[in-house]
Amino acid sequence: MPETVSARRIVLDVPGWPGNDAGSHLDVRLTAPDGYQASRSYSIASYGPSPQVLLSVDEIPTGEVSPFLTGELRVGDQIEVHGPLGAYFVWRPTGFGSTTGPVQLIGGGSGIVPLYAIARAAADADRVADFRLLSSVRSPDNQFFDTELDALAAAGLRIDRIYTREAPAGWPVAPGRLTRETLAAAIPDATTIERSYVCGPTPFVEAVADWLIALGHAPGTIRTERFGG
Amino acid sequence: MSFITRGFSGAGRERDPRLPPGQTLVADWPVLSAGPTPDVSTDDWSFSIRTESGLTRWTWDEVLALGVEDVTVDIHCVTHWTKLDMDWRGVSLDRVFEKVETSADFVMVHSHGGYTTNIALEDLLDGKAWIATEAEGEPLEPEHGGPARLLVPALYFWKSAKWVRGLVMMDDDEPGFWEQNGYHMHGDPWTEERYW
Repeated sequence: MPETVSARRIVLDVPGWPGNDAGSHLDVRLTAPDGYQASRSYSIASYGPSPQVLLSVDEIPTGEVSPFLTGELRVGDQIEVHGPLGAYFVWRPTGFGSTTGPVQLIGGGSGIVPLYAIARAAADADRVADFRLLSSVRSPDNQFFDTELDALAAAGLRIDRIYTREAPAGWPVAPGRLTRETLAAAIPDATTIERSYVCGPTPFVEAVADWLIALGHAPGTIRTERFGG
Repeated sequence: MSFITRGFSGAGRERDPRLPPGQTLVADWPVLSAGPTPDVSTDDWSFSIRTESGLTRWTWDEVLALGVEDVTVDIHCVTHWTKLDMDWRGVSLDRVFEKVETSADFVMVHSHGGYTTNIALEDLLDGKAWIATEAEGEPLEPEHGGPARLLVPALYFWKSAKWVRGLVMMDDDEPGFWEQNGYHMHGDPWTEERYW
């Protein structure tokens, strides 16, 4: 099903999938009839023990794997996946990777995908009141998991939305890129945040992580995941 | 085991033989790090090696004085991109280890920001590894590990620790940061030693 104007939501039934932590990713490997292969990593939007794995793939028009996944892949097709991968950019309700205090999630564009899984895990663990999400997207048409985020907001997740190019009608502020000032205004004081997760395109993550440090966040509290170049 | 994907033909028919399996050629240089980019000046930077008998430390100028060389290598990132024919400038670890005596076979690489990665000593010697200070003719950018990173092109690039500050010799192969978080202890791109 369509996710945004440029992205598609894909549910994979993976026999033998061991389940996955919120925030982890998998590798997709495609093989052409002549043996040519292409592999890419995608964040997983679902979490938990289910062998159904949810992806939300943004099409990179010049890419090789994402146009296949968004345009060609049909229900019933088989694709090769490896995973789950990554034990660092994850959140668990208890034990290794868990938190006891406030957590700030910051996503740029499709960087929301693993953060959505983390927010869902927090909601299911009855911990969503500790979590805040800042989502930066180009326009309302580009918001991944739009209705699901509304449901999480209703469940107590604090969501701050930034529109960089086009805002919804009646939105109180003009569209514009996230800046250090808007970030500082949107998130709580550094001393109150136990951990931040930042995910998105490299320039977004570089900028946000630098600003967080400038705002007093300890580097060890900031976990990052960078997409693409 | 791989099988043919219905409807997939792929964009690149000409596959460069220098591309390891599962890798795609890139022209740009993606950035991957687990956390924020540390800010380290060359005045503050130093490099040290801790062995069973003590610590040896070099300042920035002392490392460069060991002898800077130019190398052209291919780099392979575990996230499936490969960059061919990259020009680097740095100091061979052979020069650095000339005055270091150790019987340990393994190394834990330590970086500013807390990153670690484990490498066998034999993968660092005999012209296989450098402390790199320049890439593509420019001082190494902070987001790519500047002022200095390890360069170990024969292994996946997470082993080429950014913001490197020192090595600790180990008798046994202990896992570093990504190795504790699911990545392979060795990391050979040609046999796809990506994950456990």
